Amino acid sequence: MPKALAPIVRWIAGHPVVSIVAFFVVFPFLMPYKSLATQVLVYGLFALGFNLLYGYTGLLSFGHAAYWGVGAYGTGIALAKLKLGSLWLAIAMGLASAVVAGALVGFFCLRRRGIYFAMLTLAFSQVFYFAAFHLADLTGGDDGLRGIPKLALGLFGYQVSVASPLAFYYFALAWVALAVAGLKRVLDSPFGAVLVAIRENSDRASACGYDVNRVKLVSFVLSALITGLAGSLDALRLTVVPVEALYWSTSGQPVIMTLLGGAGTFFGPFVGAATYLVLADRLSLVLEAWPLVIGAVFMGFVLFLPRGIWGTFLGGLGIR
Amino acid sequence: MIDRRAFLTGTMGAAAAIAFPAVLRAQGNPVRIGFPLPLTGPFDWIAADQQKGAQLAMDVVNARGGVLGRKIEVLFRDDELKPAVGAQRTKELIENQHVEFIVGGLAAHVQMAINEQAKAAGKIFISISQSDEISAKPDSGPLTFHEALNPTITGRAVGAWAVKNVGKKFWIVYADYAWGKQNNAVFTDVVGKAGGTVLGATPYPLGKPEFSTHFPKILAAKPEVVLAAVPGNDAVAFMKQAISFGLKQQAQIVWPLHFLDLAKTVGIEAFADTYGGTSFYWELQDSIPEAKKYVDAFTKKFNRPPDSYSGYGYSGIMEVVRGIELAKSTNSDAVATALLNNPGYAHYKTKQWWRKCDRKGFQDLWIVKGRKQLKGEWGYFAMVAKVAADEALDRTCAEKGYA
Amino acid sequence: MLDVPFQALAAQAFTGLVLGGILVLLAIGLSLIFGLMAVVNFAHGSLYMLGAYFGFFILGLTDNFWAALLVAPILVGIVGLMIERFLMRPLYGRSPDDALLLTFGLSFVLIEGVKLVWGKMGLTFDPPKALAGAMNLGFMSFPAYRLFILAVTVVVLVALWLFLEKTNVGLIVRAGTRDPLMVRALGIDLGRVWWLVFGLGVAMAGLAGVLAGPLRGVYADMGLEMIIESFVVVVVGGMGSLPGAIVAGLLIGEVVSLTTFFAPKMAEIVVFMVMALVLLVRPSGLFGEAGLAE
Repeated sequence: MPKALAPIVRWIAGHPVVSIVAFFVVFPFLMPYKSLATQVLVYGLFALGFNLLYGYTGLLSFGHAAYWGVGAYGTGIALAKLKLGSLWLAIAMGLASAVVAGALVGFFCLRRRGIYFAMLTLAFSQVFYFAAFHLADLTGGDDGLRGIPKLALGLFGYQVSVASPLAFYYFALAWVALAVAGLKRVLDSPFGAVLVAIRENSDRASACGYDVNRVKLVSFVLSALITGLAGSLDALRLTVVPVEALYWSTSGQPVIMTLLGGAGTFFGPFVGAATYLVLADRLSLVLEAWPLVIGAVFMGFVLFLPRGIWGTFLGGLGIR
Repeated sequence: MIDRRAFLTGTMGAAAAIAFPAVLRAQGNPVRIGFPLPLTGPFDWIAADQQKGAQLAMDVVNARGGVLGRKIEVLFRDDELKPAVGAQRTKELIENQHVEFIVGGLAAHVQMAINEQAKAAGKIFISISQSDEISAKPDSGPLTFHEALNPTITGRAVGAWAVKNVGKKFWIVYADYAWGKQNNAVFTDVVGKAGGTVLGATPYPLGKPEFSTHFPKILAAKPEVVLAAVPGNDAVAFMKQAISFGLKQQAQIVWPLHFLDLAKTVGIEAFADTYGGTSFYWELQDSIPEAKKYVDAFTKKFNRPPDSYSGYGYSGIMEVVRGIELAKSTNSDAVATALLNNPGYAHYKTKQWWRKCDRKGFQDLWIVKGRKQLKGEWGYFAMVAKVAADEALDRTCAEKGYA
Repeated sequence: MLDVPFQALAAQAFTGLVLGGILVLLAIGLSLIFGLMAVVNFAHGSLYMLGAYFGFFILGLTDNFWAALLVAPILVGIVGLMIERFLMRPLYGRSPDDALLLTFGLSFVLIEGVKLVWGKMGLTFDPPKALAGAMNLGFMSFPAYRLFILAVTVVVLVALWLFLEKTNVGLIVRAGTRDPLMVRALGIDLGRVWWLVFGLGVAMAGLAGVLAGPLRGVYADMGLEMIIESFVVVVVGGMGSLPGAIVAGLLIGEVVSLTTFFAPKMAEIVVFMVMALVLLVRPSGLFGEAGLAE
């Protein structure tokens, strides 16, 4: 790899917000169609939320679909059932619901570690699924929540339409930029340093006097917040919330994307989301057994490129 | 031994080639119809049938010169039986492939998601699988058409027939999701109204075909008829377990829908002497000329007779084409108006029509019974009765939320 | 609720026992692998599915159910040996999540592979005529084949116990579960033993698959439905504990059976509720090693 690239990449890695915005501003024009770009953005955000917990704090959750789904339902119900007339309020409701869910689940699950922690997160997300499935009057049940109106955004007194694919894309990008900026802030802070210390060796961090449990819970809730935002955006994107959003198979998606892209990096989740989604979109046209290819590629990454595409790229240039 | 570098270059190369393929466009400017369906997943065998019907329709139309001087092109996409994927594929069809119409969908929840995208884009969506909600408010839009039977129609037809001809005391086993629950509700209502009784009902989680825990209770109640609203692979497990627990010997089993492909998979013994409804069975060729033409063309192309859902795929595409011809345009609003002003059609069986207020398609359905002995290679069922198309079999538009 | 006829209740409870049998076979393999190698085998459900497909294949070749019952698990075991040797061995020493992620990807490869070879539609095969009838147990008439499954489970468990308690290899497995460092320090090649145990655990999953085939049919997604339930069983019992896997398997089987009787809509979720409850009270499951979970 040309060493000349290293300082540029180092700058990019160090300025994620600017870099992400710059890249994603032109991204939709690189994709075969705009909605694919939006899908990458939204799922990239989903993976980013998961990555905070897994890549930075070292906790593998099997139930992240919970916050994605709760965020989606929160926003969807606000618009479709409660008929709130404001997009801002609807997103706020999605975020608030996800945070509450995250706090609740985190409070109970963080008492355990390893596979026990993971299985508990799975159990809780299945409970959410079960609730959404059966509270059909509120959530639409297994037919999903439909009838989410495409509201215009109230911005400084103007009503800005986000209905067209491109307009919605930039709307989503604004939120993603906000989330990435917020995450950078958090990770650069002393709190962020403790997170990484916990990932490396939780017991040692505890021995150093840090309140590991509190830090883990805060990380969990922040992760739920970001994931919930992604879910919220997806509800607006599809104008429908399928109940599968809360199912355990959805929890697997950010795992795959984070691993493909690179855990513990800013761009990793987005690179992984782009790779997985574009592959799925294009490969399914050509090959009916395309999940086999994805599975094999995934296994290949675990074996040979565990740091993911972006992570390996950074590593190859000697960064981090 | 694969090393890192080789793996990386190989994967990246493949990924690049896949992300930006050279798109081959058909000659001229074909009318493109998007067709999302679950080519992978638990109902892939039903989707394969739908796809064949659509492919046949494409051949037939293009062989006679296409429509308005243009060929038609049906673009199939795998929705994996997942609403989120269905929605995304529909977006791709609309934005990337510039399709002008959407036909397709299997399973209610995926249809809804597809419908939402079609509504947003102002394109006609002809749904071709069972769902009570798709033709009702608030889900149905002015461009949402429903070609297939729904649980209400099927339930009322089969239920009423069963009470009259099979038995009065029912037990209902149903998958705990929309289709199953709707069947349960409709059959319970119909059986009661027709003078029968429902002794009990057993929901089970879809995809978890473990019925051993239910049979003791069911056997103890001594029903005459067991209504099995059990779809797909679950049906295979249900039949095996029903036989092994002695339920099949004690009670008559009735299915909302019978499928030829399922019978072929499980074998003649499993469905022997069981009744079920169907929108189409290939032996109808003996009595209906239009059906004979369809079955002949299908068998010639695919080396096997059609199952019921292929007719939906076939008819769905043919209706889009008929609408274009009538409207002399591919604009969805014009085509919709044209179809509703000329609602009658008959592409592969008997007469069908669209009801104007909810764009619901009505069609004849038949009761078939599993034979004890296989007749020829595909003669798994025998025709028993016909239930004529009747708008009274479905809910009224008022009941569906229309003014 | 309590004026339920005793007969019906007893029948339901007995059915739960049999349900638990298959779960136990799956859970034991999972627990064995985790206990010794600290590997969470996400592909376990797909290997169970593979057993069912192999069983179908051998039955087609030989028209002999007993041949299928014997050979299919061995074939799955061999697949397991290859998986361990070529896919898992490179991962030792790395983060424990890596093995989990690898087997997660592997499960999809196996599912798709099976569809490529055998087609997408479900297949079926029947139990042998000798087991096709029903036996009168007094309180209910029960399918003989299900009793057979129960019997096989018991035989396998006894054989496993004998293997672990009475053989040298078994001794190494038990010691290796307790203290792998010490066993290595004593000069024993634990790698070999891991290899065999993985194959053995996976073979048991294959056996469960062959047994399940005549019950529910053979189809590509059958493993996905079982894997989560098996994980629940293993976690409830305690990762690495064989008595735990047995007790938890039977417990979960009973819980599902009785819930289906009294509150059928809760049957899906009750399993997770039980797990959450057990874990919150006993952090490492019922019989798990303390300290692993907190």
